[in-house]
Amino acid sequence: MTAIVQAVNLTRQVVSGELPLVILDKVSFAVEAGASLAIVGASGSGKSTLLGLLAGLDLPSSGSVMLNGNDLFALNEDGRARLRGELAGFVFQSFQLLPALTALENVMLPLELRGSFDAKQRATASLEQVGLASRAHHLPKHLSGGEQQRVALARAFVCQPKILFADEPTGNLDAATGAQIIKLMFELNELQKTTLILVTHDEALAARCGKQLRLVAGQVAE
Amino acid sequence: MFRLSFNLLRRDWRSGEWRVLLLALVLAVGSLATVGLFADRVRIALSQQAASLLGADLRITSTRPLSSAYRAEAVARGLQVVESRTFPSMVSREGRVLLCEIQSVEAGYPLRGKIEIDDAFQGGLVARNSSRQPPVLVSGSVWADERLMRRLDLRVGDEVGIGARHFRIAARVVKDIDQSVGFASFAPRVLMNDADLASTGLLQEGSRISYRMMFAGDAVQMAAFRAALRLTPNEKIEDVRDARPEIRTALERAEHFLGLAALTSAILAGVAIALAARRYVARHLDGCAVMRCLGAQQEQLLRLFLYQFLLAGVLAVLAGLLLGYLAQAWLVSHVMPDAQLPEPGVMPALKAALSGLALLLGFAFLPLLQLGSVPPLRVLRRELGAPEVSAWLLYGLAVLVLAALFVWQAGGFKLGLVVLGALLAGLLIFAGLARGLLRGLTRLAKWFGARHALNNLSRHGVAVQVVALSLGGMALLVLTLVRADLLESWQGKLPIDAPNRFVVNIQPEQLADLREFFTDKKIPVPQLLPMVKGRLLAINDKLVSGETYAEPRARSLVEREFNLSYADKMPEWNELVQGKWWSKTDSEAANFAQLSVEEGIAKTLGMHLGDRLTYDVAGSRFTATVTSLRKVQWDSMRVNFFVIAPPRLLLDAPVSYLTSFYLPPAQAATGDALMLKFPNLLLIDTGEVIAEVRRMIDQVSQTISVVFLFTLASGLAVLYAALLSTQDERMHEAAILRTLGADSDWLRRLHLTEFAVIGLMSGLFSAASAVMLGWGLGRFVLEIPVRQDGFIWLAGVAGGMVLVMLSGWLTTRKLGRMSPVRILRSE
Repeated sequence: MTAIVQAVNLTRQVVSGELPLVILDKVSFAVEAGASLAIVGASGSGKSTLLGLLAGLDLPSSGSVMLNGNDLFALNEDGRARLRGELAGFVFQSFQLLPALTALENVMLPLELRGSFDAKQRATASLEQVGLASRAHHLPKHLSGGEQQRVALARAFVCQPKILFADEPTGNLDAATGAQIIKLMFELNELQKTTLILVTHDEALAARCGKQLRLVAGQVAE
Repeated sequence: MFRLSFNLLRRDWRSGEWRVLLLALVLAVGSLATVGLFADRVRIALSQQAASLLGADLRITSTRPLSSAYRAEAVARGLQVVESRTFPSMVSREGRVLLCEIQSVEAGYPLRGKIEIDDAFQGGLVARNSSRQPPVLVSGSVWADERLMRRLDLRVGDEVGIGARHFRIAARVVKDIDQSVGFASFAPRVLMNDADLASTGLLQEGSRISYRMMFAGDAVQMAAFRAALRLTPNEKIEDVRDARPEIRTALERAEHFLGLAALTSAILAGVAIALAARRYVARHLDGCAVMRCLGAQQEQLLRLFLYQFLLAGVLAVLAGLLLGYLAQAWLVSHVMPDAQLPEPGVMPALKAALSGLALLLGFAFLPLLQLGSVPPLRVLRRELGAPEVSAWLLYGLAVLVLAALFVWQAGGFKLGLVVLGALLAGLLIFAGLARGLLRGLTRLAKWFGARHALNNLSRHGVAVQVVALSLGGMALLVLTLVRADLLESWQGKLPIDAPNRFVVNIQPEQLADLREFFTDKKIPVPQLLPMVKGRLLAINDKLVSGETYAEPRARSLVEREFNLSYADKMPEWNELVQGKWWSKTDSEAANFAQLSVEEGIAKTLGMHLGDRLTYDVAGSRFTATVTSLRKVQWDSMRVNFFVIAPPRLLLDAPVSYLTSFYLPPAQAATGDALMLKFPNLLLIDTGEVIAEVRRMIDQVSQTISVVFLFTLASGLAVLYAALLSTQDERMHEAAILRTLGADSDWLRRLHLTEFAVIGLMSGLFSAASAVMLGWGLGRFVLEIPVRQDGFIWLAGVAGGMVLVMLSGWLTTRKLGRMSPVRILRSE
């Protein structure tokens, strides 16, 4: 099987005060299409930075990322944005719904950005999948945390992305709600054969993924 | 608590949290102080200039000797006093005589202003007195004006006879001051030392002498002195405002306008502060939630932020004052280098400082209340904001503060309330219209981005931005509009060929000859207006006298003779404001007993349409009804009458005629020829007065242009604050959209759509309210016609869209290039 995500010697350092601070140090790995990978590690080990680089949300100091055969950092910011739109879905710890848009409009957003004609039907269907059809016209501030994250899941899966990036998806939720979200996420993942790349503290969650990548002080610990 | 406030303030300052808010406040106080200090200096300068025309700050005039008690009272108050006596007398030289106005003055005259003399008038050789010391009129010598020198063919050093004595002409007066009000100063003038007057033998019983006592000194003492004065009926008080209707009008308009400009700055500042406070609150919700969790009480939090605001406010006010002082100093030295303005007073600075603090509290206090009531749960659920403070309360307080500032800054309820009324109406209408317009547009929008943009706008209190920008735009448009009209109406009123000579005492049998004279000299024949002297006896059969009125001006009007005139048609430079002008058939038929009264004097004397006025003209009485009120442009330099009647009403009254015309400077000798041919005529030269008014208008025009620039700068500050206030939301949104695949082109289109809509709405509302406010101001406050045309709409809409889109693009262009990674870290 071919690798859909491939990181080679990814390094990220920032200058803090006088000394350069290495956040990621020559991280290399590959994820095959349809597989699931959990990036785990202590706080500050560089997990979110790695996820940001894999999704092209940030630029590395050196190294490269191949996403579905595209050299991510050979593209400009707009090129990366378009690639994300085609390939990726996102779930964040703090949901990141647009506050001015209703649940339905938030789910429609990635479809509309691609210029889909049937955005409304597909978004409605997606909301139904996560059990929120009745809340379609509510604004995010009128939804609970669990509901917001379900809207975020509906938004992430509505375009049937090849890759789903999830950053601590249960971090802001209580255990029971978190468990529901995880269940839903893996179900959708199974259904759409999505490649899942997940950042988490939660060992139980990590254990559900096919592979685990443990980061210690910016390096891959074997 | 205070120390914690201070520490928080310091930390926030370093992180840049305060910059926008303080920038707004510094700009606010800066522009208020600039306008205030500058206007104060110009105001002082203008009144000093006007005082110099009067020769004093205040003077009392009478036809009888003035009581020495006035002098004693003034001296006791530390005021300067000089007296002078003015009377008509013949001046002779080698058998030729000329009727002149002789003014004898005491040493120290004039108290204000400077008489410019040329003491070497040797056949064209001009050497003006340029020494700093005021020239002294030595006993035994006189100064003569050019009219006398020309007509009697005199030179400096020649001798002339006045009464029983001979005097040497020591100098020619180049620039005179203390010319009397109105028509008194008709003849050539001669100045002599008061000590010489007795020896001329002209001071006799029955001499027509006008006694003047002039005062100058500290403004406060002057006002107290004026208030304490108890004049006898035949004494008249004059100060700058009473003295010169044309200068008074100019001065009042200038003050109104500067007041308006200061108000505009206040509105703009308030708006900018409100916007900045909104951003400040949004950014501090988290911190407050944490402090609430840690046990801070609402009241503690409130005090914490209130102290910070006051601390920062005081600093900003001081910085603003410094900015204002420097700005006005720069203005004075660069824009009006010749103006020689006096140092500004402390009051405008104090006023600006207090206004700044009031604005800060009025516009930032309620948003602050929100911080106090943040639910601690926000620590867990970040999307929980503060409970919304009632918008009514929020705007109500702001409006209240503005109202107080308006009345204070404008120094008058009328101006303040007109602006405030428009503001309130604007607020309500804008907010409603903005909602409706957004809904309509959202339905129409085809492109998803546009719909998204409109959605965004209708859900993110964009009404605040639109209202803010509309108010700013309204103020700017009104200032542009009113400023242009103000300058235009002034310049329009004083055309190059404004009449500069008045001719009085023309006898009916001279009319034909006079017309012929003008034709011969190739001067357009002016309209010759009849004048009849009459005394007002009764209004609606109730006798009136000086005692009827409390106001000194009304008293003096009733006590002296009125100049009545008659005409079939209303003079074209008058404007009918009430009632109807008589038709020719009216005036010939039985109901010819009609009068048309100038609206100002009607108000002063309590006359109304339909009142019956009884006049005594040369011993015979008539009663007539007021059938129309007219508006008269006193600064038009043309002949005007308080009361006009149909010709038939005054048919039998003794009449003389008067007129005004423009005599080009090169033809000055024609005036002499006129006097030679018609020796009984009185020719009054008003050229000097016109020049003075023109100079004043020029200065005021310059001031207005400069003040306008400042208002413009404040307007841009509002725009900046408005855009910054939603910057954080926009950045967050852009990061999410980019993560979901939006490219920079898409984001740019999204933002430009948003800004275009904001600009369009603000522009539309600005124009609409500016038209209304401009009309109100022109009609009720400035009393000038304000032109209404399509340009203001074009300027509002196009200007609003271009300006908002351009500055919006400048503030958001980085968002397109920004890496969206901050979305992962923005928790």
